[in-house]
Amino acid sequence: MSDNIVEIDNLSFGYKSRLLHKGINMVFPRGKVVAIMGGSGSGKTTLLRLIGGQLKPNVGEVRVDGEVVHKQTIDGLYRLRRKMGMLFQFGALFTDLSVYENVAFPIREHTNLPESMVRDFVMLKLNAVGLRGAHNLMPTELSGGMARRVALARAVALDPQIIMYDEPFAGLDPISMGVVCNLIRSLNDALGATSIVVTHDVHETFSFVDYVYFVSDGVVVAEGTPDELRNSEKPFVHQFVHGEADGPVPFHYPAPDYKREMLRGHDV
Amino acid sequence: MFNGLQGVFASLGHRVIEGVWRIGAGARLFFYIGFYLLESFKRPRLIVREIFATGVLSLLIILVSAFFVGMVLGLQGYNTLQKYGSSEAIGVLVALSLVRELGPVVTALLFAGRAGTAITAEIGLMKATEQLSAMEMMAVSPVARVIAPRFWAGVISMPILAALFSMVGVLGGYFVAVPIIGVDSGAFWSQMQASVDFRDDIVNGVIKSVVFGIVCSMIALFEGYDAPPTAEGVSRATTRTVVNSSLAVLGLDFILTAFMIGA
Repeated sequence: MSDNIVEIDNLSFGYKSRLLHKGINMVFPRGKVVAIMGGSGSGKTTLLRLIGGQLKPNVGEVRVDGEVVHKQTIDGLYRLRRKMGMLFQFGALFTDLSVYENVAFPIREHTNLPESMVRDFVMLKLNAVGLRGAHNLMPTELSGGMARRVALARAVALDPQIIMYDEPFAGLDPISMGVVCNLIRSLNDALGATSIVVTHDVHETFSFVDYVYFVSDGVVVAEGTPDELRNSEKPFVHQFVHGEADGPVPFHYPAPDYKREMLRGHDV
Repeated sequence: MFNGLQGVFASLGHRVIEGVWRIGAGARLFFYIGFYLLESFKRPRLIVREIFATGVLSLLIILVSAFFVGMVLGLQGYNTLQKYGSSEAIGVLVALSLVRELGPVVTALLFAGRAGTAITAEIGLMKATEQLSAMEMMAVSPVARVIAPRFWAGVISMPILAALFSMVGVLGGYFVAVPIIGVDSGAFWSQMQASVDFRDDIVNGVIKSVVFGIVCSMIALFEGYDAPPTAEGVSRATTRTVVNSSLAVLGLDFILTAFMIGA
């Protein structure tokens, strides 16, 4: 058994002529919390979809527990996905089901447990995210942070080996953010799982992850532990970690000269 | 001139390719629904829930429309038949019009407007809010769990709704013809009983409504499943559901009628 539960090998992926990833290599060791960071549109969420087999790479491969994801049949892919849990950016809770039913959904789909045991499992997971008291509410009655926590309870309902988080901190207040950070770490350690966190929130992420990959322009531009990256002299990492407007990542989308554009149609 | 012509051909080609692609994608979805046939019926609770959402909740609009359609048929029929001194045949006219044509066709059009749009919008929004992706990541097939139960619910609901439409329509015709106009009640029912054939009229009407149920459900589900995950995408898909379902129902009605009369 390999030490890495997920391995991304020379992966290239793109839509039509635009390549989003150009030969990416990453490994995710068992039991660790690893962050994938980068600016908006750098293809972080797409990487999660490639790991989950929702997209197929153009070149290279993703291996989960030693098996190449995109070469699986539908049954094989579903068997692999039973080892995974994924927290979507906005929760993706089923809006026609209550909080309780949402968390019970994967348990009911994949096990034949009696209702009393399903209830115990659901309450256990909801208690872990602090929302046992909200089990009767519908998703429309939850705040963004609460919905994210319910989705987290649902993602770990079957104690997956890999938990993937897509922007778990987006739109959260500082208290909820701290709670979610602790939850990710404690759930990972309690379940003995491996967590992959896609985010661009440097401060929160560096406080609890074991390893970080920085992705920019389709390649891994830096990697290391949070301490190594905090002290990194690489211009991209420095700009990203310190939130500087100026640096290798331009603020402006490529455009013609500003002065010329503004004066077009006027006598100069 | 040349560029303009080239643009027209490019646009035409793009539409043809997109149309062929959509037919292929629709056929693939239809195949998957068939593939999950057994799994769908292993969990009848899901289908019953959808029959409630698509069938039971459509009852009010179907029954009210049926009553009015029946009343109009009664009025128009009487107006024409009395010129030939055969106003007692009003029951036959109302019943045959409803059982053979109006029952299945108007029910299908109303179903597309009421339940079809709801299905498309629901599936489209589930896609836009990543609920279908979440299901896939939980190793649960959205086709088995979301699409197939709705399809079978539509196929089961449509003939029942069409039968109810015809029944209430006949009552509407009776209400106008007998108590209001004064046609003999016995003549109304007895002529209807003598002229409506089980095999040629009722069974053919049921066959039509089953075909319309398959077509309307399939279009509504495919449009939702294929909708771009944006507000505009879902809105366009909902419109396409009504337009495509209506055209398909009217076109298929002609083809089926031609076969049935020919047979």
